[in-house]
Amino acid sequence: MNRLQHNLACFNTFGADESWSLKTYEKHDGYKAWRKILAGEMSPQEVIEEVKASGLRGRGGAGFPTGLKWSFMPRDVPGQKYLVCNSDESEPGTCHDREVLRHNPHCLIEGMAIAAYAMGATVAYNYIRGEFIDEPVPRFEAALEEAYAAGLLGNNIRKSGIDFDLYTFIGAGAYICGEETGLLESLEGKQGKPRFKPPFPANFGLYGLPTTVNNTQSLGCVPAIIRNGAKWFADLGPEGSGGTAQFSVSGHVEKPGNFELPMGIPFKDLLHLCGGVLGGRRLKAVIPGGSSVKILPAEIIMDCTMDYDSLQKAGSSFGTGAVIVMDETTCMVRVLRRIARFYMAESCGQCTPCREGTGWLYRMLTRITAGQGQEDDLDKLLDVANKIEGHTICALGDAAAWPVQSFLQHYHHEFAYMIRNHGRSIVDESAEAAA
Amino acid sequence: MSDTAVLSDHVRGEIDRWTVRFPEGRHRSAVIGALHAAQHENDGYLTVELLNGVADYMDLPTIQVYEVATFYSMFQTQPVGRHNVAICTNVSCMLRGADDIVEHIEKKLGIKLGASTEDGRIFLKKEEECLAACCGAPMMMVDHKYHENLTPAMVDEILDGLE
Repeated sequence: MNRLQHNLACFNTFGADESWSLKTYEKHDGYKAWRKILAGEMSPQEVIEEVKASGLRGRGGAGFPTGLKWSFMPRDVPGQKYLVCNSDESEPGTCHDREVLRHNPHCLIEGMAIAAYAMGATVAYNYIRGEFIDEPVPRFEAALEEAYAAGLLGNNIRKSGIDFDLYTFIGAGAYICGEETGLLESLEGKQGKPRFKPPFPANFGLYGLPTTVNNTQSLGCVPAIIRNGAKWFADLGPEGSGGTAQFSVSGHVEKPGNFELPMGIPFKDLLHLCGGVLGGRRLKAVIPGGSSVKILPAEIIMDCTMDYDSLQKAGSSFGTGAVIVMDETTCMVRVLRRIARFYMAESCGQCTPCREGTGWLYRMLTRITAGQGQEDDLDKLLDVANKIEGHTICALGDAAAWPVQSFLQHYHHEFAYMIRNHGRSIVDESAEAAA
Repeated sequence: MSDTAVLSDHVRGEIDRWTVRFPEGRHRSAVIGALHAAQHENDGYLTVELLNGVADYMDLPTIQVYEVATFYSMFQTQPVGRHNVAICTNVSCMLRGADDIVEHIEKKLGIKLGASTEDGRIFLKKEEECLAACCGAPMMMVDHKYHENLTPAMVDEILDGLE
C-alpha cells in the first residue's frame, strides 16, 4: 500500500483547472457510478452491500458504519423518505467539508444521488452552515445547476424511472445543528434542539418521515467506492478503518492544511507532511479529531496511526480527522478554558447538566487563569464534567466533558501549578528559564 | 398597513424561492432563509417589525419566527454596525495568535468584542464558534467573506476598506 497516495476520493479533482466544474469532474471519472446505476446495472441492495463491504464509517465524528446506517432505512415501506447531508461543519479544528464544497461539489452531489437511490429517498437536502454563504454555497448551487442541466438529476432521470431532487439549505450559526436530530429540527425551521432517541431518524426523521443524515465526507466517498469497488476502498486503510480520510491539520505546524490520505497513516508521517512542528519546537500534545475528543500527549500520539482503532486504544478517538497540534509553549489551562467557553456558548440549553455544567466548567477555569483558583477546584472540575457526561440528550454534553477529563488526566500538574502560583502558567516559567 | 408591507419585493421573492424547496404545508422550513434575506437588506440586523413582517408573509405565528431569530448566532436582534466583523478565536486560531488579532482590532476601533463603532460602520461580533478555516488560522469573516492567515497589516487594510 502506498501510504502517500493523495486525493483518491473526495479531493480527486483537486489541483485541476476549475476543479469544481462538471467538465473537470467528468474527466476524473465523475458520474460514472451514477450513470451505471441509471443504466440499471446495480440494485439498491447491491449499492448498500458495496458500501458496507467498503468499511466506510461516518466521518462526522461518530464513526458509525455508513452502509449499516443505510440498511436501517425502511426502503420498501411506501411514502416519502429523505436523505440529508450534514455540511454544518463546525467541530473546532475541522475545515475539510468546506474544501469539498468549494473545490469538488460534484462528488458530493453524485454521492448523495447514489445514497438516496440506495435508500429509496427521492428528495435530499444539503444542510450547509450559514457562515459558508459567500463561497461554498454558491459553488455547490452552481454545481447543482450544472448537474440538472446535464440531465443527471430530476424526475425519471435519463428514462431510468429514478427520481431524485436535491436542494440546498442554509443554517444560521449553531454548532448544535451538527448533531443530526438538531439539524433536522433546524431544517424544519425550528431551534436546533436535539431530539430524544429512539426513535432514530431512519424511522422518524425530517417531518416525521424516514430520513438518513450523513456527513459531507462520508457521502463524498461513495462515488469512488462504487466506481472502484468496495475492496479497493477497504484495502486503502487498516482493518476496521477502510478508505481515505480528510485530515485538517491546524495549530503549531509549519504548513497547516487539508490532506486526503489513506486511513492508518502514522501520525509521524502526517506531521512530516505538514513540515513538522512550528519553528522546530518540540511537540507537546495533539487533539486528534476535533476539540470534542480527548487530548493525547506527544509521547502517545507519536506512536499512533491515524485510524479508529489506534486512536481509540490510545485513549482518544478519530473524530472528524481534525488534528490540532500544540507545541511546548502551549499553556494547557488556557487552551482548556477556550474549549470550555465554546461548549458553554453552544449548549442549546435543554438539558440541565449541560446548560449549567458547561458554565460551571468555564467559570472555574476562568477563575484559575485569573489567579483565583482554589485547591479543590480541580476535583470540582472533574466532578462537574463527570456529572455532565452521559446525562444529556445529545453528545454535546460528552464533548464538553471529555476535554476536561483528558486535560486533567495528562496535565494535572499544569493546573495545580497555576492555582498555586496565582494564575501564572507553567509555560511562562519555562520560557523565562530559557531566556 | 399590514405587517408584510415592511418587506421589500426582493425579500418576498427570496422567501418564495426558499418556500418552494419544501413540501406543501412545510413552509416553516423557509424561516431561516427568510430571516437571512430580511437581515441582509436591513444593514445586518433584524427588528421586531421585520420579524412580524416575515411571520405575516409566511402565515406563521410570530413566536415561531422570534424563537429562530434569537437562537442562531448569525441573526442580530439589536441594531449593530453595518459591517459584520467576526474574528475566530476558537482553539486552532487561538494557537496561531487570534488573541493578538482581537487585541489589535479592539485597540484600532476603540471598541470591545460585541460592540459597534459609534459611527455605525463596524460591528465586532463576539464569535464563539469555530468558522471552519482552521488551516488558515488566524482568520476572520467580514460580511460573510473569509480572510485567512491574518497579520495586523492585513487586518488594517481590510478594515480601512470598509465604507
